[in-house]
Amino acid sequence: MNTSTPLSDGRRPGLRRSAADCAAVCALVLLALGGAARAEIQTGQNPEASPIWQKVRASLFQSRPIAVATDEVISLDVPARAEDAAIVPIAIKTRLPQTAPRHIDKVYLIIDNNPSPISAIFQFTPLSGRADIETRVRIDEYTHVRVIAETSDGQLHMTTRFVKAAGGCSAPPGKDAQAALATLGRMKFRIEDEAPGRQSGQPVLAQLMISHPNNSGLAMDQVSRLFTPPHFVRQVRITYGGQLVMSADVDFSISENPNFRFYFLPRADAELKAEVVDSNDLRFESSLKYRRPE
Amino acid sequence: MPGAALANRPRCRLCLLLAWVAAAAGASANSAPAAAVTQAAPGVFVHIGALEDWGPANGGDVANTGFVVGSRCVAVIDTGGTPAVGQALRAAIEQATPLPVCYVINTHAHPDHMLGNVAFTSASASLDPGSDPAAPRFIASARFSRTLAAREPYYRNALQRDFGIALGPTAIVYPTLTVDSALDIDLGDRVLTLQAWPTAHTDNDLSVYDHRTRTLFASDLLFVQHLPVLDGSLRGWVSAMAVLQRLAVATVVPGHGPISRDWPAVMDVQGDYLNGLLRDTRSAIRNRLTIAQAIARIGVAPALTRPATNWLLTDRFHRRNVTAAYAELEWEEDEPAPATEPPRP
Repeated sequence: MNTSTPLSDGRRPGLRRSAADCAAVCALVLLALGGAARAEIQTGQNPEASPIWQKVRASLFQSRPIAVATDEVISLDVPARAEDAAIVPIAIKTRLPQTAPRHIDKVYLIIDNNPSPISAIFQFTPLSGRADIETRVRIDEYTHVRVIAETSDGQLHMTTRFVKAAGGCSAPPGKDAQAALATLGRMKFRIEDEAPGRQSGQPVLAQLMISHPNNSGLAMDQVSRLFTPPHFVRQVRITYGGQLVMSADVDFSISENPNFRFYFLPRADAELKAEVVDSNDLRFESSLKYRRPE
Repeated sequence: MPGAALANRPRCRLCLLLAWVAAAAGASANSAPAAAVTQAAPGVFVHIGALEDWGPANGGDVANTGFVVGSRCVAVIDTGGTPAVGQALRAAIEQATPLPVCYVINTHAHPDHMLGNVAFTSASASLDPGSDPAAPRFIASARFSRTLAAREPYYRNALQRDFGIALGPTAIVYPTLTVDSALDIDLGDRVLTLQAWPTAHTDNDLSVYDHRTRTLFASDLLFVQHLPVLDGSLRGWVSAMAVLQRLAVATVVPGHGPISRDWPAVMDVQGDYLNGLLRDTRSAIRNRLTIAQAIARIGVAPALTRPATNWLLTDRFHRRNVTAAYAELEWEEDEPAPATEPPRP
């Protein structure tokens, strides 16, 4: 049903790099601040006052107004407690129809107290059908988690949830470092709802799984006393019949083995394709042929 | 929630100061109150930790620790969840025997088992650890250091945030001797076999077997009463149990819970839980439940073994276990099942 091809040519041009580079730079700038301000909050009161958020807000949105989102625009499902700091499932749900005149263009995912707070910037198009996304993130610290929807006419809507740390022996790095490297770049890509009663014109749910350690590089090697280099997926790009459905500029706030569930609007039999680039410029591809139901 | 804020604040400035002094000094065993230990078998001593989550309410004293005394020296098996817990264990050893500690064994890189290491870094409280020829050797699985290095910042943060303990830069002690598969150490007329396991409870599990009394320190490969906590591989853990149960064991010391002489039947309850988790999570994935749906729907599998045990700490750890199991098993269909079994000690 799908093929997965690691591509060795790390210099191939084509994918938009500016947003990814921006995210990486922002992440580095915020790294020190994130470290210093960790562990200061224990409750979810007054999310606006978070010093990390003030910095992120200034860098991403300057002084533009940000409305408090209602569920009619965007909502965020995340557990109140991070049961496993390495894998916290989140679901971003939107209600605006993705029409050409007005749709959700971008969704920003910010985890204030993570080492790199700007965790993901998702881009959607009318071909997305629905600007929903599900993924899994690392959350070790008491933190505000926020999603900001940016509509194609430039409006910003934010919703915020507070997540408690798991504590104890739960930690964001993966559970088996050796195993994670052994299958680097393998992908599983599939259509999720192949229900026979599906109506044409409705968005279809797909899931992309990428085998990748997605490590932060924040750990020090005890022998060399050097920090291991970070190695993480930095961009995912989904096209359908060659046109953009969804792209994600992401970093190591996303859990090991990144997993994305998203929608696309099928119009004809065509190829759904995923292109993934990691921080070492390794490229991986997977695609599947979509056939509309008779 | 104001209650949560209070609960997580350091209990008192003095505790914080004392903890720091203990950590910085490395060892000052004379002043520490001795941990309560029981003699599980001749020359085999065990301290039973509280059946609770690692936290300030229990002083971080939740893991079982122990020591084995030979004719020449002593081996320590795990050191507890804070430097102070390690100090108390050291004081208990000094009450039990005049022999020196020659080995400190870490069964895996979880904070409740190894943050007491710093209490053993020198043979004498007055010596600088680096210059002490009689300082014990620290032993762990060959995969221990990499895992601990990746997690050290988070453990330090949790210790600071939840306990109010700030550790000095050298207070997290790494092994000086590592085990790839198996290693025998001699304490003088007494040989211990250390066995490193493929990923199970964690990716760096190490068990310790005392041949003289057939005592197995299973550490967190075996939980009794305390719900098992999955931080490695569910399939690997089930495989490890199948190998473990063929060992000739008179007395087993689990990582959490009481000592048992009912071997291998004492493992059945854990087997019921882990196999149930495996079955239910596979079924959820096959039925295309998302990870969030699986976490919400999969309950604790009922024990098939009679009399059934009521697990403690299910609220704390079961959802976490489902999360970890799902993330492991969703990749299963195109992976070969782990086939290799470790040699028996």
